[in-house]
Amino acid sequence: MQEIAHTIKGKDRYRSGVMEYKKMGYWEPDYEPKDTDVIACFRITPQDGVDPIEAAAAVAGESSTATWTVVWTDRLTAAEKYRAKAYRVDEVPNAEGQYFAYIAYDLDLFEPGSIANLTASIIGNVFGFKPLKALRLEDMRLPTAYVKTFQGPATGIVVERERLDKFGRPLLGATVKPKLGLSGRNYGRVVYEALKGGLDFTKDDENINSQPFMDWRERFLYCMEAVNKAQAASGEIKGTYLNVTAATMEDMYERAEFAKQLGSTIVMIDLVIGWTAMQSMAKWARRNNMILHLHRAGHSTYTRQKSHGVSFRVIAKWARLAGVDHIHAGTVVGKLEGDPATTRGYYDVCRNEFTRQNLADGIFFDQPWASLNKLMPVASGGIHAGQMHQLLDLLGEDVVLQFGGGTIGHPMGIAAGATANRVALECMILARNEGRDIVREGPDILVEAAKHCTPLRQALDTWKDVTFNYASTDSPDYQTSVTAAA
Amino acid sequence: MRVTQGTFSFLPDLTDEQITAQVQYCLDNGWAVNIEYTDDPHPRNTYWDMWGQPMFDIPDAAGIMMELAACRKAHGHLYIRLSAFDSSHGWESVKLSFLVNRPVEEPGFRLRRSEGEGRNIRYTTDPYSTDRPEGSRYQG
Repeated sequence: MQEIAHTIKGKDRYRSGVMEYKKMGYWEPDYEPKDTDVIACFRITPQDGVDPIEAAAAVAGESSTATWTVVWTDRLTAAEKYRAKAYRVDEVPNAEGQYFAYIAYDLDLFEPGSIANLTASIIGNVFGFKPLKALRLEDMRLPTAYVKTFQGPATGIVVERERLDKFGRPLLGATVKPKLGLSGRNYGRVVYEALKGGLDFTKDDENINSQPFMDWRERFLYCMEAVNKAQAASGEIKGTYLNVTAATMEDMYERAEFAKQLGSTIVMIDLVIGWTAMQSMAKWARRNNMILHLHRAGHSTYTRQKSHGVSFRVIAKWARLAGVDHIHAGTVVGKLEGDPATTRGYYDVCRNEFTRQNLADGIFFDQPWASLNKLMPVASGGIHAGQMHQLLDLLGEDVVLQFGGGTIGHPMGIAAGATANRVALECMILARNEGRDIVREGPDILVEAAKHCTPLRQALDTWKDVTFNYASTDSPDYQTSVTAAA
Repeated sequence: MRVTQGTFSFLPDLTDEQITAQVQYCLDNGWAVNIEYTDDPHPRNTYWDMWGQPMFDIPDAAGIMMELAACRKAHGHLYIRLSAFDSSHGWESVKLSFLVNRPVEEPGFRLRRSEGEGRNIRYTTDPYSTDRPEGSRYQG
C-alpha cells in the first residue's frame, strides 16, 4: 500500500503538542534507503481503527528519535537524519490486519560493534507500544559498513574444520543425558563412551552449570579425561562443549580459563547470558584460540509466535555479528519447531558469504557478510540415524548433527549408538558423492550399510517409525518469489 | 585399533572403484586432489609428506588413481590419504579428506598423564609407532 507523504515541514512541525508520527517525518514513502542504512522489516498488527501507515511511522519514531509529544530540542540536532523512516508498508498475504513495515535507520544511530546498542534501539521500547496489538521484527539488512565493525565468529567453519582435521561431512555430537543429576565421574563416562564410539563432540546441556550434584570443576576434569582417552583410542581429535555459563562475567572467565588450561578446544555459553556477555566471550574465544558454542536457550519465548517477537533469522544474524562459532538452528525433522523453508533461511544466514533475498525462505533482504567468518549451525533435538539422508539433504554438510537420545538411548549402549550414527553418516556422504539420489535411496543405503554394522541395524530397528509431524507455527508468508523492498 | 581419521574410516576400507568415484566427485567440483603419506598418525600431525604437488589440472580420476598406485608401491606399508582443496573465496581449504591406505598392523596410541596440582592432568598422546625412528616404522 503506497501512500503519499504527510510530513509537515518548517516551523509548524515544531508547534508544541501531540502530532501524528506520519506527520513528524517518520513516514517517507519516497525515501530511497542508502547503502549504509540499517533496514528493518517489522510485522505490525495495529489496534482496531489504527491506520497502518501511522502505526508504521510510530514504530519508526519510537525505535529512533521520537517521544509522544513534539519537543523543541529536536531543533538542536540534525533531526531529519536521525529520524528512522518508514518507507514501505505491505499487507501480509493471507493475514488480515497484519502489515510488513520497512524502516530505514541512518548508520549514525548505532554504536559500532555493539549488538546491545543495536537492539536497544530496534527492539528497545517499541514492542510494548499501545497502538499496536502485536509487533514482530522479521528481518534486518545490516549494511557492509556496519557488519565490518563486528569481529564475527571467533573461529568460523573453515578454521574449526582445520583445527579438528574433519572435512567433507557434518560433525557429530550428542548432549549428555540425563541433563541433571549425574556426578562428574558418571558424566565423564557418557562423554568417553560417545566419543570413543565415533562422535566428534559431546555437549553439556543448557542448564548444566554448577549444581549440588556436580561442581563445574568436577565436570571439566572428568570430561577432559574422557576426551583425551577417546582421542588416544581413535587417533582422532575429539571435543566436549564445556558450558561456562554462570552468574557473572568473572565466573564465566574463570571457567573458560580453566577449560583452556585443561586443553579443551571448545567452550559453550547460553543465549540467556545476553548479547554483551556473548560478545565478551566471543572476544575471549578469539584471543584464546577456542571454539565458542552457543545454545539458544530461551529463544522460543520470543521467536516462535508469528505475530509478536523477533524472528530467529534476526537472532542468527546478530549471533553471527556477535561472534559465536556454533548456533542451534533447527532440525526440520526433529522434535522442535522448524518449517523446512524457514530453517533453510536460518542456515543461509549462518553460512553464506552473501545471503540473497528469498521471500519463500523468509529472507527479506540481500545481506552482505563482508568476509565475516561462517557460523556453524547445529541441528539438535529428536533426530536419529534413520533420518540421515533427510538431514544431509535438508541441512547440507557444514552442520553439527547432535543425536542425544539417538546415541545414549541405543539398546546396546552409548558407544554403539555413536557408531551407528557415524556409519550412517559416512555411508550417506559416500553415496551422495557417488551421485546417488539419497532422498529416494536413503533408507536402502542405510540398510545396506547396516549389513556390516550391527549397531546401525539395531538403531534402525529401534527408531524406524519415530517422526514428529506437527504443523509449524512459523512459516514463510510468501509461497513464491515476489519482489519486496531493497 | 583402527585410526578413524578421514571422512570414511568407519566404513570398510574403500575399494579402488569407490575411491575413483570420490576422486571424480572432487574433480567435478573443481577441487585439486593431493596425495599424502605418513608413518606418524598422531591426530595433530598436520603435515603429512606430499606425494608430489596437488594435481590441479587433471580432469579424470584415472590420472590420480595412477599416482595413488605409484605412491602405494613406494609407501604401501604406511598411511596414505587423499585430500581435495577448494580455492574458492571464503573456503580456500580442504573440502574432503579420507584414508586410502593403512598399515596392516595399527598399534595405536599411548595416553601419557602428567599429574599436576589440583588434580590437573596434562595429557599427551604418543603413537606407539613413533617409538621407532622415522623410516623404520611399520616394517613388521
